[in-house]
Amino acid sequence: MYAQMVKSTGEGVKSRDEMSPEEAAFQDRIDQDIKIEPKDWMPEGYRKTLIRQIGQHAHSEIVGQLPEGNWITRAPTLERKAILLAKVQDEAGHGLYLYCAAETLGVSRDELTEDLLSGRMKYSSIFNYPTLNWADMGAVGWLVDGAAIMNQVPLQRTSFGPYSRAMIRICKEESFHQRQGYDIMMKMAQGTEAQKKMAQDALNRTWYPALMMFGPSDKDSVHSAQSLAWKIKIDTNDELRQRFVDQTVPQAEYLGLTIPDENLKWNDEKGGYDFSQPDWEEFFDVVRGNGPCNVDRLAARNKAWDDGAWVRDGLLAHAEKRAARKTAAE
Amino acid sequence: MSKEWPLWEIFIRGQHGLSHRHVGSLHAPDAEMAIKNARDVYTRRNEGQSIWVVEAKHISASNPSDKGPMYEPSESKVYRHPTFFDIPEDVGAM
Ligand SMILES: [Fe+2]
Ligand SMILES: [Fe+2]
Ligand SMILES: [Fe+2]
Repeated sequence: MYAQMVKSTGEGVKSRDEMSPEEAAFQDRIDQDIKIEPKDWMPEGYRKTLIRQIGQHAHSEIVGQLPEGNWITRAPTLERKAILLAKVQDEAGHGLYLYCAAETLGVSRDELTEDLLSGRMKYSSIFNYPTLNWADMGAVGWLVDGAAIMNQVPLQRTSFGPYSRAMIRICKEESFHQRQGYDIMMKMAQGTEAQKKMAQDALNRTWYPALMMFGPSDKDSVHSAQSLAWKIKIDTNDELRQRFVDQTVPQAEYLGLTIPDENLKWNDEKGGYDFSQPDWEEFFDVVRGNGPCNVDRLAARNKAWDDGAWVRDGLLAHAEKRAARKTAAE
Repeated sequence: MSKEWPLWEIFIRGQHGLSHRHVGSLHAPDAEMAIKNARDVYTRRNEGQSIWVVEAKHISASNPSDKGPMYEPSESKVYRHPTFFDIPEDVGAM
């Protein structure tokens, strides 16, 4: 998802017998849906896994601004431009809420930023794909934000208080994102033959990368088992992917667009669609850094950070000078 | 690596006369910038009429492990709630 393949302790879920009294009390609170707050005792693995997960989620919000920011200056109307700008600004806010939640776990903002810039920490694979034309803005809002919502809605109930509160704020804003995307798709799909073609092409290119956002099947993963027990993951990747497909197919039908999957078929027995898996080889290759835009995305983030250094330093120097003057006057 | 901007906790008072409420935090070089940034992040959809910012290091918090001694005493004092008393209906609104 926005956080994909987050590693946990790797040791699997401890049985009650293996838990220390503190660990058992901690697990009891989680089982009773009592939120864990930053100053509460927590296992080191819980803290570290959460930093990885929330950090990766935050990085995705920030890097996710790039493919859409790419189209702000070229939006077809002033209204579309204002809407897209507001959406991209929201994503900056999402990154901020999440970084703040991670910071309550004892990591600094700059540490997280440097880990992104050096490539030590990842962001969602989806943002390593290019946005080639205006229809992609529709497809991204509809499918990418749509997939993000699938994952973020259950995370509002996650066990860590600051993460849960950040998710609640984010979810309030996300439905605007998805709707503005679908609205673009509707205009294109009901437009001229050429516009309709663009819409279909955008769907064709975005569909499988969107399915990859949920990550590979984790039904046998020890990392996911631990995260599920700690309620920092609420559903398995396959469950979320299935829900996403079931919700999206009728929306595509309404647009008169075709989902690029010959195997897509309603399955009465399971009450959901059967569908093709994305190419997981491609996914792992993108995660390793070989997607079409990995290099560009990291270069853009590094440039923004480096170019902004004098502003950060200058404002801090100014604040310190004023504070010193104030103390001297007192 | 240059020095990080300090962390500020942000409190916003909404439109309906309620108290300022904690909404989140952000980094800023000073109070003035913290208020400006809070305006940009936390009041994008008419959430607020007034902003307070406090540098996070100035907030003192109770210790979570003191929960028992801190809050248990009030649990047994049910008579502090109006519903504790049975008032006859004949008396009217009270
Ligand atoms: Fe977002
Ligand atoms: Fe997003
Ligand atoms: Fe979004």
